[in-house]
Order: sequence, then structure tokens, then C-alpha cells
Amino acid sequence: MASTAVVDKAAPTRKVQYGSMSRDRAWALRWSYFFLTLFAIFSLVPPFYMLITSLKSSAEISAATNPWWVFHPTLANYGELLTSNQYLRFFLNSAMVSVFVVTITMLISVPAAFALSRMRFWGSATLATGVFLTYLIPDTLLFLPLFKMFAVFHEWTGIQLINRWYVLLIVYPTLTVPFCTWIMIGYFASIPKELDEAAIIDGASWLQTLTRIFIPVALPGLIAATIFAFTVSWAQFLYPLVFTTSTDQQVLPVGIITTLIKGDVFNWGQIMTGALLGAAPPLIIYAFLMDYYIAGLTAGATKG
Amino acid sequence: MAEVTLRRVVKRYDEVEAVRGIDLDIADHEFVVLVGPSGCGKSTTLRMIAGLEDITDGDIMIGGDVVNDVPPKDRDIAMVFQNYALYPHMTVAENMSFGLRLKHYPKAEIKARVDEAARMLDIAELVDRKPKQLSGGQRQRVAMGRAIVRNPKVFLFDEPLSNLDAKLRVQMRIEIKKVHQKVRTTTVYVTHDQVEAMTLADRVVVMNHGRIEQIGTPNDLYHNPATRFVAGFIGSPAMNFMPCRLEEVAGRLHIRLTDRIGFALPERRAARYQGVARDQKLLVGLRPEHISEAKRHPEPGLEPFDAVLDVTEPMGMETLVYFTLEGTQICGRVNPNAGARDGGPLRLAVDLNNMHLLNEATGAVI
Repeated sequence: MASTAVVDKAAPTRKVQYGSMSRDRAWALRWSYFFLTLFAIFSLVPPFYMLITSLKSSAEISAATNPWWVFHPTLANYGELLTSNQYLRFFLNSAMVSVFVVTITMLISVPAAFALSRMRFWGSATLATGVFLTYLIPDTLLFLPLFKMFAVFHEWTGIQLINRWYVLLIVYPTLTVPFCTWIMIGYFASIPKELDEAAIIDGASWLQTLTRIFIPVALPGLIAATIFAFTVSWAQFLYPLVFTTSTDQQVLPVGIITTLIKGDVFNWGQIMTGALLGAAPPLIIYAFLMDYYIAGLTAGATKG
Repeated sequence: MAEVTLRRVVKRYDEVEAVRGIDLDIADHEFVVLVGPSGCGKSTTLRMIAGLEDITDGDIMIGGDVVNDVPPKDRDIAMVFQNYALYPHMTVAENMSFGLRLKHYPKAEIKARVDEAARMLDIAELVDRKPKQLSGGQRQRVAMGRAIVRNPKVFLFDEPLSNLDAKLRVQMRIEIKKVHQKVRTTTVYVTHDQVEAMTLADRVVVMNHGRIEQIGTPNDLYHNPATRFVAGFIGSPAMNFMPCRLEEVAGRLHIRLTDRIGFALPERRAARYQGVARDQKLLVGLRPEHISEAKRHPEPGLEPFDAVLDVTEPMGMETLVYFTLEGTQICGRVNPNAGARDGGPLRLAVDLNNMHLLNEATGAVI
């Protein structure tokens, strides 16, 4: 034993160049950080500019100073907007529309997705594709026929829907329902078939299978769909611009544009403030639901 | 509890006929295993009994009632799936009690039943856990518990042990047998593993290409297979088949395997095969344990011959030897002390008392 140890020591040591795992990883990380930083800067510049501008007085905005810095910060824009009944009305309208649209969308797309993914009726596969295809039709094409439909509806029934905030509850789901249904079909498809078979053998009806098994298991998907529906209805611009004209019926994105731009006078300070405040609710909802989303992802693990 | 009866049951998917007219009578309390290779229709048959697949033709009866159009929940059956199919968002207790809760059983009774099943399956301390916190074997116990608490007429098992590792599979096999001994519920069990089929079943149903090849007790199938498929499927290592023909030598019936190797048949076998045409193409079927090292003293029906081994596989209590005869690989089982070694010669003996003779064209055992 002793002699071999001596021999080993005496043996010439060769330096071998191996590719290092940790070095590869370090480079990968460096590139990741580089591009992520680049991307973060790129996407954070507009909100930053909004914030800076919202803190300026009109005089400072029009003055030829550095646009990226505030020299005399003021909360005047915030004060004015938050005490303006009009702005609060826009905000309330947006909130009502979004909450209702999310509810309506979920009530339609979750059962629809369940039926399309699981109940295997004649034509279900074609219908599922059809649902997705309707999402591909841009809203810029849809608003004209929709407008005409509401006009005809008014002629026939005497019920005026145009220029009422609740008309948006009818038109927004044309955007949200197809996509949310599609998302939910995907999530439901990832649930093993044996799970609903087990439920059916246990004596569950289709509705019970949906409410007691599928919805809890596909909760992450449900939350993703909710976030999507909320974002779409909160940020939608074209439809409210077309379908609502009175300021008391308008939602935030359109309201800001129509009331804060007077002719060729842009009230930049308040526009930026309004947009920044308007961006807050989705941000809060994202932050709140993201925890559930990630928790849901692991809790829903159905792997055998 | 109830008997299950299948009458000329057929299942067609568009062009493919998955099950081609099956007749099967399963007695009350019986444990029946459907076994066969993939795509033989065994799972489809089980799913038709469960009501998860419509039947194209024929009748299925549970407890004497035709259930062709009865939905699964009203058939009073419980099923255990290969991937357990536990509800991931529910605890073990909630999983087991789901069916009872849907039927609005009183809380006290639900608890009593769950506790009893949990105790029987040795998972009492796991009832508050979620499925993802359990091992594969524990999950399978929960899946069985979910079936047991319902106290159904029939248990259906769809390859329940296939996802478990080999050691656990043996352990769970015994558990399933114990549970059946306790609850005595009529059970239909599907597997592709013939060892599982042999060890668990009161009766084994061997299926192939959508048809039943043979129904019988495990020993019956092993010793008296009706067809080449059953003979080859049941038993591990599989039965050896060699082409052969019958010939008369000096007034005695002989079986000739090769030009060099031919044996005189023992009297009882000779009598049985007397009527077979001499020029018919035949196969001889011999299980590995009936090809063993030659004994010093000759015994009736044991015919010695010399072989050169290709490969040996020591298993401890026995050694499997492989050699080639006329291009066919043959497996034998010898005593570990018989001196078998890779590439070496060995004097072996075939036990013709336990041979099978098959019609090569039809595969039927003569």
C-alpha cells in the first residue's frame, strides 16, 4: 500500500483541459442578465416617462428642460384627477365593465371548454377549432357589423344599447370568450382522462365533475384566463370608443383621451397621471393572483 | 355483490373490431383476471363492464340485470386505474369519501367506512395527506380504499400495479389478494403480466386479438393450454416450441425433432397421439422445467440428449440454459450444480410425460 502511494505521488501530473460546467453556466447567466436587463429597460421606459411627466406642472412640461427629470415635483395632477367626478366615473365604469365581463366570460368559457374537451359529442373537435378561429378575427373588423347589429336591434325592439356602458358587456366577450375557452380547453386536456372517469364511477354528474374536480384541479388555468379577460376588458380601446360617446358612459382609456385632449391642446400632465392610475388595478391584480397562480401550478400537479 | 355475465359482447371503433364477441360468466365473489398482450381487448372489455365504453353488440349483465345502457354511476361498481386517478386537490380521506359524499351518506357512516378501509389498507395515518405527498404504493392503496368504501357489487382493476416497481408490485399483489379474501367482492382484474394473472386469479381469462383464447384456473392453463398462444403466453420463461413430426419406428410411435434427435413417446402420450396423421406438420411444446439435466438412472418418458449450451443464466435456485436446435433457441432449467457453463456441453433430458403436441397450422393443442 505504502509503495503504491509513493509511486502515485511520483507520477507526473498532467493538466487536462475540461469544459467546466460552472463556467458554461456562468456565461449563460451573464447573457441572460444582459438581455433581461435590456428588456426590462425597454419596457420600463414608458411607465417611467409617464411617472416623471405626471409629477410635473404644465409649465414645466412645456419648458425646454430635461424631459427625463422633474425639477419641481408636484402632486397637483393627481389631486385634480382624483377629485374630478368625471375621472372617477370613468374609473367606476371601467371597474364595473371589467368585473362583469370577467364573470360573464368565466361563466361561458369554463363550461364550454369542459364540454368541448371532455364530453365528446358530434362535432366537438370542429367546434373547438371554430372557437379559436373566431378569436383570430380582429376587432377592427368586427366593430362595424356589431354596430350595425345594435342599430337594427334598436329599430326592431326599441331598446337602445349604443352609448350605454353595458353594451360593452355584450361586445367584450366576443374577444375574451374564445381565447379563455381555448386556454381552458388546454388546461382541461392536461387533466388525465382517468380522473373524470373515476369521478363518473364515483357517481358524479358532469356538472359535479366540472365543479368539484376540474375547476379545482385547473385553477391555475382559470386564473390565467381571468387575468387575460380582465386585462383585455380593462385595456380595450376601440370598442368603447365606437360604442360609447357620452362622457358618463365611457370607460377609462377612452375617457382620458376624449376629455383631456381638447382640440389640439394636450393636457399631458393629467393624461399621464390618468394612464398611470389606470394601470394600477391590473398591476395589483397581477401581483395578487400571481402567488395563487404559482401555488396553483404545484398544487394541481396531477402526475400519477 | 353480484355475478357478471357477458354475452357475445362486441366493440367496434369505426373500422377496428377491438372485442369480437366475448362470452364470460363470472360468479359471485370470484376473482377473474383478464390477461393478454397489448391491444388484445382486455382493457376495452373491462371498460365496457364499467360503462366507460358503449358496447357495439351483445349484453352485459351485473347481478342479473342487463346494464348495456345504464350509466357507470348506477352500475354500482368501483374501479382502480393504472395511474391511480386520485383527485389531486383532495386529501386521502376526501378522495376515499368522494363517492359517498356525492350520495349524501351520513357523515358518521362515511367516517366509519373510511376509517375501516384505511385500517384494512394500512394507510390510517395518511388520511390527511394530499396524493402528491404519497409514494406510488401508498397512492395505489388509496385508490383501492376509494373502491372499498363504496362497498360496490363489483371491483374493476385496470392494470393497477403496472406503474409500481417490481418489488412493490409483488407486495401490492399480496395486498390485493388479502383484501379480496376479506371483502369477497366479485373482482375483474386486467393485466398484461401473466405472473400477476396466475398469482391472483381464481380463474384466468386469456385474451388475444379481441377473442377469449381460454378460460381456466391458473394451474389448468399452465398444464393444459388449449392453444399455442396460451401455451406460449402463460409461464416464464416461455414454453419452447420446435417443429416435429410423428413416425412409427419398430411398432412404437416416435417424435422426430431433427435427423439426429428423435424420441420414443411414453405409452400414455403415444395412445393420445395415435390418431394424428404422420405427415402432419406439428410443433412440440416443452416447458423449460421439462428440459433438465439427464439423471444417472433412466426414468420412463425422460429421454436424454447432448446439447452445446450458448448461454447460461444462473438464477440461484436454478440455472437457465439456452441452446440452439435446428435454428430454434431452446431454454431449459437445470440444477445449479449440473455443471452448465457458457459454450460448454451438457447432457440434458426432455420429459415427454409433460410434452404438448400442437397442430402447426391451427395452433391448437392436440
